Amino acid sequence: MASAAASAAVLEVEDLSVTIRTPAGPLHAVRGVSFDVRRGETVCLVGESGCGKSMTSLAIMSLLPETATRRARRLAFAGADLAGATGAEINALRGNRMAMIFQEPMTALNPAWTIGDQLVEVHRRHKRSGRAEARERAVDLLGKVGIASPVERLGQYPHQLSGGLRQRVMIAMALMCGPDLIIADEPTTALDVTIQAQILRLLAGLQRELGIALLLITHDLGIVARIADRVHVMYAGAIVERATAAELFARPCHPYTRGLLSCLPAPGVTEAGTRLGTIPGVVPSLIGGIEGCAFRSRCEHARAGCAQAVPVRRASATHHYVCVEEVAEMAALGEATA
Amino acid sequence: MLLYALKRLGLALLVAAFVSVVAFLLLRLSGDAALAIAGEGARDEDIALVRRTYGLDRPLIVQYGDWLLRTLAGDLGQSLYFKTDVAALIADKLPVTFLIGSFSLLFALALSVPLGVLSAVYAGSWIDRLALALAVAGQALPNFFFALVLMMLFSITLRWLPVSGSDTWAHFVMPTIALGYYVTPPMMRLVRAGMVEVLGSDYIRTARAKGLSPASVVFKHGLRNALVPVVALAAVQLGYLLGGSIVIETIFALDGLGYLAYQSITHKDFPVTQAVLLLLALIYVLLTLVSDLLNAFLDPRMRVA
Repeated sequence: MASAAASAAVLEVEDLSVTIRTPAGPLHAVRGVSFDVRRGETVCLVGESGCGKSMTSLAIMSLLPETATRRARRLAFAGADLAGATGAEINALRGNRMAMIFQEPMTALNPAWTIGDQLVEVHRRHKRSGRAEARERAVDLLGKVGIASPVERLGQYPHQLSGGLRQRVMIAMALMCGPDLIIADEPTTALDVTIQAQILRLLAGLQRELGIALLLITHDLGIVARIADRVHVMYAGAIVERATAAELFARPCHPYTRGLLSCLPAPGVTEAGTRLGTIPGVVPSLIGGIEGCAFRSRCEHARAGCAQAVPVRRASATHHYVCVEEVAEMAALGEATA
Repeated sequence: MLLYALKRLGLALLVAAFVSVVAFLLLRLSGDAALAIAGEGARDEDIALVRRTYGLDRPLIVQYGDWLLRTLAGDLGQSLYFKTDVAALIADKLPVTFLIGSFSLLFALALSVPLGVLSAVYAGSWIDRLALALAVAGQALPNFFFALVLMMLFSITLRWLPVSGSDTWAHFVMPTIALGYYVTPPMMRLVRAGMVEVLGSDYIRTARAKGLSPASVVFKHGLRNALVPVVALAAVQLGYLLGGSIVIETIFALDGLGYLAYQSITHKDFPVTQAVLLLLALIYVLLTLVSDLLNAFLDPRMRVA
């Protein structure tokens, strides 16, 4: 089972840690995160701002800021080690077989070059293609991501495009070389709500059509519910719960996940006029070490055992969570789940 | 782009017209020219005669119109001191000044762009600190002093270069360095600051995520965006270099425009002063126009006029 999963895994992350040097001391942005993304599936990393989900994606792409250091027991793309790879080896993969879409389409494109230049260069670099061939591919993909009159768009500069169009361009750029894996870091957060839905549908559609593995980083459980196959919930730099999307929404186990879900209005369940849930308190400082459960200061079920090492519990073969409580006990405490 | 260029050109012409008024008025208001021409101890009748002969008794607006029309026709009048045609005088001196000005700018760019990029890419390293030290030393050193040091080293001790004159290319080496080193530090710091900012931007991260080579990331995606303020500064600096070469021209006995301006002012040779002033101002206007157009080429967002 394990070996079969490993052979199908496009991305394997085992015990990944990212530490950032700060004047106040080392900040442990990512603390021992493990997961994999298999061919053709959509995996979501969910969590609130500062939980380390973006740092995880940057660590995978070797794009961490210089003040950050990455450690991992295993970090592999299609079986090839990324942790020990040279800059040239990484560059041969980036933009080619693994591509990334960023949160801010307004600033992620270079203002000094045309859309066409920026699309074409990545294909020419990795596929050693001619200008005409790369251009043809760019026109093709701009059409595919739903941009009208793609030939004219090629000659335009980023400032002439709206945010939604720019994000479509970013998606086309990620697709230029036919990647095995796309990492999308909050790809819809900076966009209008109506545009968000379009971009998300587009991304999910392309993922299914092209059989690409998609690692989607988001804080939005609504997005997760719509497109994820598997979900990893992150809190304070660590994964606190992992499950298939169906399992997670049917039976959220970790108190943090349940808190997140209670913040969402559910059609037919949440009555008009009632207050949505909130999670009291703030995320603990990640500077220095964290003993025991990082969520205990905000958890209504917290007790003495939470300060010690917390066990991993299994709700099913594919559903794990990190908590001192068994979920049955919590349910007995009268916690209503979403 | 064309519309933008036309608008910039129109603006430049307006500024040029304003500059011509200022150039004309400054000299009329800085003392009685007739008095200066007639010389000290001249009788009142002589001064009155001079005033009539040169048309200085007419209303200012008429004098200006007359002067402007003649200037546009290329007639800059006669030099009071050199007793020759002002246009010919300037045409004779301009090439020397223009040569050192351009060479100095090229020298400064050739030094400041690579150094600025290096110190930005390796920010905080010994290269960065060395470049900063050079910049501070460069700005602290007055150019007349540096010119003399160069002269002593290369002309007197090593005997590699001629001391002064403007006959061969070798004569231009030291003036170029002496004039150019002074504008290198601000340009280098600007390149560095621009590059540091640009290299931290999202689109550089995108370029890296695309697996582009480090050279392509730094030069294609980085430098072009960092150069916008440098181009603006370089144009202004060239104006400074042209106007500010008086000292260097004097030290190296280069018979250029700067030296001519100095002579004409000391001799109250107002047609020459006026012409040189106007020319330098117009060169400035022209350089600003060129820098605007270059910036529009580098940064497409500026093309919206």
